[in-house]
Amino acid sequence: MSTAPDKTQKLGRVVLWIALALLVAAPFIGLYPVFMMKALCYAIFACAFNLLLGYTGLLSFGHAAYLGAAAYTTGYLVRSVGLSPELGIIAGTLIAALCGLVIGLIAIRRQGIYFAMVTLAMAQMIYFVFLQAPFTGGEDGLQGVPRGNLFGLFSLANDTVLYYVVLAVFVAVFLFIIRIVHSPYGQVLKAIRENEPRAVSLGYDVDRYKLLAFVLSTAIAGLAGSLKTLVLGFATLNDAHWSISGEVILMTLLGGLGTFAGPVIGAFTIIGLQDFLSDRVGSWINVIIGVIFVVCVVAFRKGMVGELQAWRQRKRAG
Amino acid sequence: MEIFGIPIQAFLGQLLLGLVNGSFYAMLSLGLAVIFGLLGIVNFAHGALYMIGAYVAFVALDKFGINFWFALVISPLVVGALGVVIERTLLKRLYKIDPIYGLLLTFGLALIAEGVFRYWFDVSGQSYPVPDLLQGATNLGFMVLPNYRAFVVFASVVICLSTWFVIERTRLGAYLRAGTENPTLVQAFGINVPMMVMLTYGGGCGLAALAGVLAAPIIQVTPLMGSNLIIVVFAVVVIGGMGSILGSILTGLALGLIEGLTKVFYPEASSIVVFVIMAIVLMIRPAGLFGKEK
Repeated sequence: MSTAPDKTQKLGRVVLWIALALLVAAPFIGLYPVFMMKALCYAIFACAFNLLLGYTGLLSFGHAAYLGAAAYTTGYLVRSVGLSPELGIIAGTLIAALCGLVIGLIAIRRQGIYFAMVTLAMAQMIYFVFLQAPFTGGEDGLQGVPRGNLFGLFSLANDTVLYYVVLAVFVAVFLFIIRIVHSPYGQVLKAIRENEPRAVSLGYDVDRYKLLAFVLSTAIAGLAGSLKTLVLGFATLNDAHWSISGEVILMTLLGGLGTFAGPVIGAFTIIGLQDFLSDRVGSWINVIIGVIFVVCVVAFRKGMVGELQAWRQRKRAG
Repeated sequence: MEIFGIPIQAFLGQLLLGLVNGSFYAMLSLGLAVIFGLLGIVNFAHGALYMIGAYVAFVALDKFGINFWFALVISPLVVGALGVVIERTLLKRLYKIDPIYGLLLTFGLALIAEGVFRYWFDVSGQSYPVPDLLQGATNLGFMVLPNYRAFVVFASVVICLSTWFVIERTRLGAYLRAGTENPTLVQAFGINVPMMVMLTYGGGCGLAALAGVLAAPIIQVTPLMGSNLIIVVFAVVVIGGMGSILGSILTGLALGLIEGLTKVFYPEASSIVVFVIMAIVLMIRPAGLFGKEK
């Protein structure tokens, strides 16, 4: 009884080490670094989203707003104010957390699908603010954001250097999320997800726990947005658009809600698909994404990692 | 003549425009409320169905020469039938699980619909002519009232009130409401609840299509016309509280008017005013203006 989960954990660890080795070796085995960086940024974004939906049970339908807010903040500070990239990233993350705090305070007044609708509406408000604000470049966005020098030492203009910076941040975020989920705080979050009234009756200030989870998630989403701006050199309205909020839901759902590796695999799959298909199928990409969405919801709710775990469990039981 | 330093014609014009937008908010949030009431599903595809409704009217005229008045009947039937198919094949699998999945599924459907129509019609808008009968404008003395816009407001109020009447005042409506409370018991009385659910979803989709046909002569018909509207409608739903049918009608119209007024006095804020109101309402009444606290 007790050996079986150990075995699964051991296997999981082996897979993680192999994945990490692959990621470290990526620039040398011919994987296009900008693509890998973009996918890692979205993986961070999806991990942030999963912390909220997968572990706390809150469906935020407006996570693009925090990605976008941080992307604009970093883009503006690095390009127009001349801030160093690390300060730009910190500022972007903080601004996203601040937006998350304000919106979270309003949104946690409602639950379930209402929570989703409120976060979506508030995110749309942020979108319109960016559309009209004087510093965002309107429809064009902020173009030509320089990558600068990290700590004044390392030139990030080199794709390989920047790749390892992004990878380091990604690994840190991944471990941080595992740490949160396994902490007593994370256990309370899961308790809220499973049965909120019971968590309340146990004396937990559920709203405060949820708000903290929301702010943490939005901060990490912001971190992803800031990094993305440095990688691609621009921040546009598209970053804050609600279709991105939908995409991050799909990445998480497709990979596996409430699993650690799921959002990462989901992000790589979707970004990979988009990268591979966008030249070949044009506007059909949205249809394909929509079909994946529908299939996931109807037949495949546990996602790739979740289904695999369930399959292993069934095999062991039977 | 001026009101608050703004020519009265412009002022009333914006007010009417607000009322027209409010009519669409009301019709769409009403459809959402009906579907949510019986299926427990937040129909994210509602905006896409509204868009399809407009395109059915457009294609009917363009390819088959079917005029606006017939389109008002045909388009809701076509889209309603589409809704029935969606309900039978996809939604019925989701009734017993977390409503979040219904939202996600219909979101996926909206993406598909938008993508397909983008492929067929491109993103550039198509214009649909105002029907002959309603062309021109009536001079009321203090303002010139475009006939078609007046008709839209009138038609929307009639549609909304008749839906309200059917649901709150007829035997069919009583079954529907009972079905939302306790489907098993209603089934035991010999009422075919799955059929009722199916037709309700179809009806709600038809309502969205009807709004789409009414909108076609006023706005550019584009594949994206629904996706931007649906988020505002969600805000309307949160403000009104989804429990009440009359609530969604009144909230929809009122928010359209407020948006119109904002356009007069502070145009920069007009696209966010609804969301600001939503934030304020949530702080004071988390269940919405007409919603019941659970």
